[in-house]
Amino acid sequence: MKASAGGYARANDLGHAIEMLGSADGMGRVLAGGQSLVAAMNMRLTTGDLLVDISRISALSGITEDAASLRIGALTSHAEIGTDPLVRTYAPLLRDAVACIAHAAIRNRGTIGGALAHADPAAEFPACVLALDATIHVTGRDGKRAIPADDFFHEVFETALQPDEILTAITLPKAERDERQTLQEVTRRSGDYALAGLCLVRRRAGHRVSLLSVGSRPVLARHAMAHLDAGDIDGAVAALRAEIDPPSDTQASAGYRRHIAGVLLRRAMADLTGEKT
Amino acid sequence: MTVQFGNPDRPNSYIGKTVPRPNARRLVEGRGKYVDDILLPRMVHVVFVRCPFAHARINGIDISGAKSVKGLVRVFTGAELAEVCTPWVAVLAHLKGLKSPPQHPMAIDRACWVGEPVVAVVATSRAAAEDAAGLIEVDYDPLPVVGDMMTALDKDTPVLHPEMGDNLAFQRLHEEGNVDSAFASAHKVVSARFRTARHTGVTLEPRSILVDWNPAERQLTAWHATQAPHMMQSVLATHLEVPESRVRVICGDVGGSYGIKVHVYPDEMATAAIAKIMGRPVKFIADRLESFSTDIHARDHEIEARIAVDEAGNILAFDIDDWTAIGAYSVYPRTSAIEGNQVVNLCGGPYDFANYRAKTTVVFQNKTPTCQYRAVGHPIAVAITEGLVDMAAAELGMDPVEIRRRNMYADDSYPVTSPAKMRFEGLSHHQSMDKLMQLMDYDALRVDQAEARSRGVHRGIGIASFIELTNPSPFMYGIGGARISAQDGCTVRMDPDGSIVALSGVTEQGQGTEAMLSQIVAEGVGVPPSNVRVITGDTQVTPYGGGTWASRGAGIGGEAALLSARALRDSILEIAAAMLQADQVSLDIRDGAVVDNDTGAARMPLEELGRIVYFRGDTLPEGLPRELVQTRHYITSEYPFAFTNGVQASYLEVDTETGVVTLLKHWCVEDCGRIINPQLVDEQIRGGIVQGLGGALFEEIHYDEDGQLLNGSMADYLVPMAAEMPDMVIGHVETPTKESTLGAKGAGEAGTAGAPAAVMNAINDALRPLGAQVTEMPFTPERILRALGAIED
Repeated sequence: MKASAGGYARANDLGHAIEMLGSADGMGRVLAGGQSLVAAMNMRLTTGDLLVDISRISALSGITEDAASLRIGALTSHAEIGTDPLVRTYAPLLRDAVACIAHAAIRNRGTIGGALAHADPAAEFPACVLALDATIHVTGRDGKRAIPADDFFHEVFETALQPDEILTAITLPKAERDERQTLQEVTRRSGDYALAGLCLVRRRAGHRVSLLSVGSRPVLARHAMAHLDAGDIDGAVAALRAEIDPPSDTQASAGYRRHIAGVLLRRAMADLTGEKT
Repeated sequence: MTVQFGNPDRPNSYIGKTVPRPNARRLVEGRGKYVDDILLPRMVHVVFVRCPFAHARINGIDISGAKSVKGLVRVFTGAELAEVCTPWVAVLAHLKGLKSPPQHPMAIDRACWVGEPVVAVVATSRAAAEDAAGLIEVDYDPLPVVGDMMTALDKDTPVLHPEMGDNLAFQRLHEEGNVDSAFASAHKVVSARFRTARHTGVTLEPRSILVDWNPAERQLTAWHATQAPHMMQSVLATHLEVPESRVRVICGDVGGSYGIKVHVYPDEMATAAIAKIMGRPVKFIADRLESFSTDIHARDHEIEARIAVDEAGNILAFDIDDWTAIGAYSVYPRTSAIEGNQVVNLCGGPYDFANYRAKTTVVFQNKTPTCQYRAVGHPIAVAITEGLVDMAAAELGMDPVEIRRRNMYADDSYPVTSPAKMRFEGLSHHQSMDKLMQLMDYDALRVDQAEARSRGVHRGIGIASFIELTNPSPFMYGIGGARISAQDGCTVRMDPDGSIVALSGVTEQGQGTEAMLSQIVAEGVGVPPSNVRVITGDTQVTPYGGGTWASRGAGIGGEAALLSARALRDSILEIAAAMLQADQVSLDIRDGAVVDNDTGAARMPLEELGRIVYFRGDTLPEGLPRELVQTRHYITSEYPFAFTNGVQASYLEVDTETGVVTLLKHWCVEDCGRIINPQLVDEQIRGGIVQGLGGALFEEIHYDEDGQLLNGSMADYLVPMAAEMPDMVIGHVETPTKESTLGAKGAGEAGTAGAPAAVMNAINDALRPLGAQVTEMPFTPERILRALGAIED
């Protein structure tokens, strides 16, 4: 099919982009890397969008650090995140995630801000920022907001973003010296959306477990985390399987996903401790 | 006129060597010309409104909303197109009892599957046509849906086409020997239920057609991505009521076919009908979404099967009960009964046994029609046969290689007729198995497997012997009444500059047909392949032929090319002998020049001969023939088909915690007779294996109970990708067919035929110590974990 866009404009800066979104009468769509939006347009799953192209706003790109946190601009590409030395040191989970995201061409164009704003529950980055307890920064006509990752993802493709708001960056706490992070997933083919995926972070404050492809949004597995904090892996696996409500689709049933979530948790723990399951 | 194939140092020895493909550079540089690259003056685009229901009555069509769309030219309903295009009925006389209702280019009162075209929208651009199509309202009344194959014939299942009486399209039972007594007295009987999933052949280039009607010439020209231009010429002429001589089908570059592009599609016929009505060029390019709902599907089979063996592992009998559902219509003109028929023909193929019963039951349902896709029926028959043979070996405690060696036809037993009444001229099962054992180092692999098992890593080795049907005679379609040519022709001519032009009736789909033809013609005449230009795919230009299907290009088209090239060589030498006042038999053509046969001394370049014949013919003797052009046609006659054989092996690892299968390595030894271009044959085998691996592990079309297609995109329908593909080792045994000078049999489908069975057997080899077995393709992680009993609900 051929895309049917309502219009296109390239934003000069963030203010310009927000102004255009605000006057788009709800039809405004932010175009960054375009790796999900353009595909949807080409299948006419969405039509009439007024595209606000933010890809040239250089202020939204790049990775910086301060004493306690890492800041990743929304336009930073998956490929850049995958090779960035700060990410490797302070958020290795994101680097691991990049290796699982689609294929090189998509990683070169796709952006972390786009992936988070798109909020596909099968995507890696939303689950990662949840596990990392990141903060999502947005700017709109009414100013800036900082939204904890746990409050950001509402439903499939739905977030806390208002129509005139743009996701500008994420910040996340730098990994502690002995912090461990790992991502485990099962896919039919390399680069496919995972049948199920699991992020595990172990830091001084405790374990954080998040999952992708097991619900309508990335899921923080609080019960499993509590069991892990108590040193009970079997209990964590059972709790995890009980607290998720995965979907069935043509690739796998809910039963498979629920089962595999437990397998992935054991593998993630084994990966952290260096033991074989 | 013999070619010394056994002597690699013979002059012009291009047959049997890897030579560069003449069209490779053009395609790699993006200079190919596919149907969608062709732009004609006054050309318009057609888009189809397709039925969103599996079965629905069409009460009315309201096009008023679309009229305001800028660029809209015209809208057609099924009833309007039926006035210029007669319906077709896809039956063949030799498939006794096969029935199918008349099918029109677009649904008229009733649509029978999700994706059937209902309204055609013509506009100045594809985008405008889509805009208009989105505004057309069709009033549907959903009707009861026939979805499930196994209940299609039940009394309380609605009859999809009431005028047909029931949902049975075709049934065939073949019996040989005394099956029941063989099973009754057997040492062991093993039964299994197999399922192969409905899937499709995903071509890089989607289905494409551009049709123009020139009212002044009363000629229809179709630029068509097709495997069979002459067949399409006949079909378009018949149903648009134009003389065959006034239909020209041009087939330029084609981006893969795999059997998908050898059928008659309603939307393509609609495009031709619209062009004839409008008197202007109309283009239809299927997009990926409509490809999944309208390209033919295949392989939707459920099979109950059993094997009987004696104590020594000799196969006593096979008993096969195959069911397949083919969608709402048998597909024109090859029909949708062939795949089930092939299962009956091919089960047990490699083995010398006496008692055979096979039945296929072919039913209608409200899904996309199924028809012939690469290796038609073979992957199903091979999976059943090789699955059962492995299970019997396990039951007997025999090695899977040993049980095969015990039962395969001896290499010196040919000619022989199988229990399925297939006639084999000459196969090499044992030689092929020996070569496979050597290539894969079977014993070392078993050691590696045991070592891995001791570490809790579950690896499996799977073997699959197979036969492949190639070089079909008219027994495949022609005797059933279809205007599908089994013969093929080639015209070879020499131009004044000494270059050679070959026009062939077989076609290039991207697989290398033109390279194969160029080296045969080069050797046949005596010029370098780079001096041969090959022209295919134009019914107004090439000799009449069948095109590309059933692995016939090299065996049939190649033989016609060799015969015509040798005839042209004789014509050239006759003239050369007169010019040089030499005895014709003392001369030869080598590397583009006439030479002395004994010494190889150059006598005259071909361009000099060309100059004299074409521009100074006055200097030649008056009665000397001047035809530097020769045409030969070829058809097989001794055997209905030239069977080939081979054996594949898969080595893989099963993650028993996740169910994920990792392919470690794959081997194929096959015997396609004379190999013309080793690299092209190897890559055909590899490509075929990849499609077979797709069927084994990834590809499955899903429908829900209401007949809704659930996975119509490349994100949801998984084709095999490079990262998952194993290293593949290809070996050959060459048993040329004696039916032709060239001795070539087909190689296009061998890879697809055997790969799924090899993978299935390897997975089951890995799972056997765990007490699990899978027989339902594709072998998804979930199916494997369920076989292992690992999933609770």
